[in-house]
Amino acid sequence: MNDAVHRLVHTPQGVLGLVLLAVLALACLLGGVLAPYPPEAMDFTARFVAPGARHWFGADQLGRDVLSRLLMGARATVPLAVLATFAGATVGACIGTLSAYLGGRWDEAITRTIDAVMAIPHLLLALILVSTLGKGSANAALAIGISVAPSLARVTRSVALAARQQDYVKAAIARGEGGAWIVLREMLPNVAAPVIIEATIRVAFAVMLFATLSFLGLGAQPPASEWGLMISEARRYMHQAPWVLVAPALAIAMTAICFNLLGDGLRDALNPRDER
Amino acid sequence: MSSAWLLRRLLTVVYTLLVVSILVFGLTQILPADAAVSLLGENATPAALASLRQKLGLNDPVWLQYWHWLSALLQGDFGTSMRTSQPVGPAMFTALGRSLMLGGAALVLTLIIGVPLGMWAALRRGTMADLFAGLVSYLGVSLPEFVTATLLLIVVADRLQLLPATGYVAPSEDLGESVRHLILPALTVSVIMVAHVSRMVRSETIDVLNSDYVRAARLKGLPSRTVLLRHVLRNALLPTITIVALDVGYVLGGIIVVEEIFAIPGIGRQLIVAITSRDLPSIQAGAVIMAATYAVVNTVADIAYALIDRRIRYE
Repeated sequence: MNDAVHRLVHTPQGVLGLVLLAVLALACLLGGVLAPYPPEAMDFTARFVAPGARHWFGADQLGRDVLSRLLMGARATVPLAVLATFAGATVGACIGTLSAYLGGRWDEAITRTIDAVMAIPHLLLALILVSTLGKGSANAALAIGISVAPSLARVTRSVALAARQQDYVKAAIARGEGGAWIVLREMLPNVAAPVIIEATIRVAFAVMLFATLSFLGLGAQPPASEWGLMISEARRYMHQAPWVLVAPALAIAMTAICFNLLGDGLRDALNPRDER
Repeated sequence: MSSAWLLRRLLTVVYTLLVVSILVFGLTQILPADAAVSLLGENATPAALASLRQKLGLNDPVWLQYWHWLSALLQGDFGTSMRTSQPVGPAMFTALGRSLMLGGAALVLTLIIGVPLGMWAALRRGTMADLFAGLVSYLGVSLPEFVTATLLLIVVADRLQLLPATGYVAPSEDLGESVRHLILPALTVSVIMVAHVSRMVRSETIDVLNSDYVRAARLKGLPSRTVLLRHVLRNALLPTITIVALDVGYVLGGIIVVEEIFAIPGIGRQLIVAITSRDLPSIQAGAVIMAATYAVVNTVADIAYALIDRRIRYE
């Protein structure tokens, strides 16, 4: 693993991705301390103030400081997206590995079913789930986790199929180990690298999906400073104060770029053979 | 492409739709909405509610309800909207037509922008142009549709006043206006495909440029334009089909948001309205039609790829 991190910092994408990740982590951990104003403090003398010395990123329709809200919004968006993705990825990885381990008809049935589930667009699946479970950040995160799982299962299965043919798995079967043991202890650790790469890239999607759900009014609820919600609220005033809208848009883009870069960097670092 | 392969492929589509129908029906059944209450209103008498539940079959076991719904669906009956009391099927298919137009326009824009961008980056590999194309593709996969749409609205419609902001005009009404209204939504939907396609075309072009037959064509003295169009472009386009087919899911998801923002009465907007008003038959029909569209487009792409691939093998 140290070796992988070492190689990661030697790819340009990896370095840039890690820098952005550090910025995000800082915002998530210390957002409240770093914010120049309380994020929900209204100041009617500062309504629609343009970016400047007093408000670096300007102020919104209620005179709330945009930078402070962005910093708080990082906490409302990023950890949830990461958690949801990795939870969904773990479930997907287990299904994919199990499918490859069982092989034959079971594998065929599981794979076809996963493909079928993926025929429902992620956003639509998440929309239906959230409308079933009720709106709110927690349910949105659950919906995102569920919509991540099938694609991760597909990726994992293709890697696990190769692992299934390895001698150590054959040895475990010959030793008479149980199926759960083989899947969890022998195969899963050996498909971890591609799963981590894919999951990292999926975090970018999760952030976007979460923001989209909030934008549509089904994720985070007002007065939260979630980025998608901020954009949705700022749209009404986009003629007067486009910066209120552009700032969270850039924050979402930066976060998604961060995880895309990290994923690409990890791919280069963990698969030295795959030169692209 | 054997007929056995084709049959298998079609069976997969049938299985996909079966799973989707079970999933969609199951998920919408958990919805805490009582169809009888939503039809008759909160003030209906218990007796009226009970008789309507009986009539709608809401007292039947879930699997029987599913069977009734599925067999009606197979006969083309998508049920009656709880919101408008109109048949769901015709409304959804009219909406689907508009969405397909949007998707088609996005595909055209993807080919116009993404393919040349990828080739340009490959030909100018390692220069600022290549870096620019790489940046475009990173931004493309990192901006959700609602952000792209809003930014385009601010710049193109609001500041520059180049194109109308929102709304839908049928092509039969006024073709010019229809196209003008379609450009921004289609551009928004195409962004992610442009990102994927340009990246793919770039790496394919680089591979093809280094291949022996392109070197041979050059040595033969063919003008570089001919080499590019006849050999490089053609080979770089092949994987584009796969990429576009893989992106259909994103595009359908993107269409939902884009139609909502640009006020286009397509299937995505219908679905959002159905979900916010808890109109079960419309949600079910919309979701099944969307998944069916996905399955059909993917199958067509697979068949197209098999056909082209075969032709190349025999040449």
